[in-house]
Amino acid sequence: MFTRSVAHRIPLRAFKRWAHTTPTMNYRSVTEEDVAHFAKILAPSSVLSTLAPVSTPASELSIYNNDWMNKYHGKSTTVLRPKTTKEVSEIVKWCNERRIAIVPQGGNTGLVGGGVPIIDEVILNLGNMNKIRSFDPVSGIIVADSGCVLEAMSEYLVPHHYIMPLDLGAKGSCQIGGNVSTNAGGLRLLRYGSLHGSVLGLEVVLPDGTILDQLSTLRKDNTGYDLKQLFIGAEGTLGVVTGVSILSAPAPNASSNVMLALPKYENVLPLFREVKRQLSEILSAFEFIDRRAYELAVKHGQGRALNDEDVEGAECFVLVETSGGKREHDEEKLNTLLESLMEADEPLINTGVLSQSPLQFSQLWAIREGITEAVSKEGKAYKYDISIPVASFKTVVDTTRDHLQSKGLLRDDAVKHVVGYGHVGDGNLHLNIVAAEYSPEIESALEPFVYELVQSYKGSVSAEHGIGVMKTHALQYSKNATSIDLMRRIKTLFDPNGIMNPGKVLP
Amino acid sequence: MRPTPARLLNILVPVKRTIDYAVKIRVNPDQKGVDLNVKHSMNPFDEIAVEEAVRLREKLKDEIKSIKVVTIGPPKSIETLRTALAMGADSAIHVEIPDSAPAPEPLGVAKALRALIEKQKDGVDLVIMGKQAIDDDAGQTGQMLAGLMNWPQATFASKLVVDPATKEANVTQEIDGGLQEVKAKLPLIVTTDLRLNEPRYASLPNIMKAKKKPIEKVSPADLGIDLTPRLETIKVAEPPKRQGGGKVESVDELVAKLKEAGFLSKS
Repeated sequence: MFTRSVAHRIPLRAFKRWAHTTPTMNYRSVTEEDVAHFAKILAPSSVLSTLAPVSTPASELSIYNNDWMNKYHGKSTTVLRPKTTKEVSEIVKWCNERRIAIVPQGGNTGLVGGGVPIIDEVILNLGNMNKIRSFDPVSGIIVADSGCVLEAMSEYLVPHHYIMPLDLGAKGSCQIGGNVSTNAGGLRLLRYGSLHGSVLGLEVVLPDGTILDQLSTLRKDNTGYDLKQLFIGAEGTLGVVTGVSILSAPAPNASSNVMLALPKYENVLPLFREVKRQLSEILSAFEFIDRRAYELAVKHGQGRALNDEDVEGAECFVLVETSGGKREHDEEKLNTLLESLMEADEPLINTGVLSQSPLQFSQLWAIREGITEAVSKEGKAYKYDISIPVASFKTVVDTTRDHLQSKGLLRDDAVKHVVGYGHVGDGNLHLNIVAAEYSPEIESALEPFVYELVQSYKGSVSAEHGIGVMKTHALQYSKNATSIDLMRRIKTLFDPNGIMNPGKVLP
Repeated sequence: MRPTPARLLNILVPVKRTIDYAVKIRVNPDQKGVDLNVKHSMNPFDEIAVEEAVRLREKLKDEIKSIKVVTIGPPKSIETLRTALAMGADSAIHVEIPDSAPAPEPLGVAKALRALIEKQKDGVDLVIMGKQAIDDDAGQTGQMLAGLMNWPQATFASKLVVDPATKEANVTQEIDGGLQEVKAKLPLIVTTDLRLNEPRYASLPNIMKAKKKPIEKVSPADLGIDLTPRLETIKVAEPPKRQGGGKVESVDELVAKLKEAGFLSKS
């Protein structure tokens, strides 16, 4: 019952930010007929469209069309916010039959442009599906709609003395469906592992509208191929995640953190070894913050700055968190560790600050978690989320800075700062180049330079942020042709019409 | 009380171990108290008091002879003293009461402090303490102590300037209408308000040093005071629960709900 199919071939000039990508997007745009249909099957508040008969003002669609960094701008006319899985299924079925492309969207906090349209694909926002379906206080297994905000789920678990197995700076806005679709890592991965382990089941609407119900709450189930693993990290290209069953962890009875100031970067690795050895099972986070990143965070009021004398002479900082069952036990281990570090013949640290109250605990964390926001406030950020050997973290930051310097781009009106911070424990560095403005000149200086640098270390060009639209061309630096070919075949199997988040992940 | 040699000041900072302000309080089933099996830390206003004493020393240097902290509490209160020592206090006094003992009341605390002050060989020139404790919100101890000692009091301080030469202090107080500045002669009781300062993090070298600083243990009997409560708690209850709101789909639905709730005339 649909008319013609239009191939959207995007002219190069429209991609001034991603000059390397020219995907052929074979889909049809939404028409008034489609909008009328959506308005019939969904509640009025679930349909936003600049088209008649709904005629929403375009400004109301702006938060859905633009990503959090304000780097990627879609031009969708229509945002759908279904309330049930059945509604999602009907929407997808209609779109599949009419070759209308869909962008599944959660909290829109992604950092690679995966959650916003490239042109005018329909935005399928899961934010209205935000109920916790069930929770078992004995096993800790929680089942929730995919639109549940991560922080809301954490708060739900508090009185039951459980915590979510992942935590990230975007927790107040990101949704669990998006976390699963991007296989989000975050600050707790060191202790609780990745979502590939903690997600027990998924409910997914497949690209033809079929509801795949694998919302199991079983801890162990070896019956056939583990399909859910495909959707975890698929970034919405194989289907729409509508329900998640996840194993939450017992809440620690005691948490503590300490911010350590290191005289030189080379001490990070030996420090990590020593901390792991002495703290052992109570270590729950080990984060690295270089000096410039710390200063930016403090400059933009993130958390509370350390005392001046503690910061003097520090080339970088490490934030260590402990979580355990008994306060006295943890404090003893932590105090022994800190004493041994301070009193060593050749101390690995200059000094440090140990939180004395829950307020200080949050303030120290806020410094680390606020770097992302501080960087955004400081300028326009080029973010490279890479996995490389920990020993090379500083080298990579310095090499990038030197390279930009050699191109004459290290100036107040071009690249203001090059900073590094990240999850040492997971070998994951967040390399951020803070520019006054996004510009093709800076971008061509950075790419493929950074990707080739990562490739030289056999690293990952995207440790946890995913591919989105930003890194489709860079996939080749971390995955070989055989792998990419298999991925394409799987994509075609699930989504023969190519309507599910086109132009993302696969080049 | 022997007068202190001119120009060198001895500061006493009483601190209290309270339930941490971030903890969600749960009333016990017997409605006589709250669940105490939760995280405790130093009363935030007392942290500000310790911080102010340490800043005075940073400013006046050798003119501050000693900063002593004191707490009246169960054995676990010693952690609170260690935190104060890590922030920069020189020594501590722990007036220890058993775990099972009821929490001391302001008058009992004030009397204990008076007894302690009178026992200090070098005397006390300045007592800096929190304006109130966040568990009972009484806000009485500083004022009662001033009355018992017959000393001036400058309460709700948001700024403190001390001149050891003239043994005088200028204090800016936070009052209902704004700010009020008073001048007083030492010895003086100052109670701290939120805007006086922001307490520092405890750095590792100071935490290590704090372990070696002296903590004197004293019992209420040693001070000749009786901490038996004079007030009886009859009932503790939570405030009424907040009713959640609801979302409506359309203006018509909103109007219908308003009518239902009786906010509109039935026309």
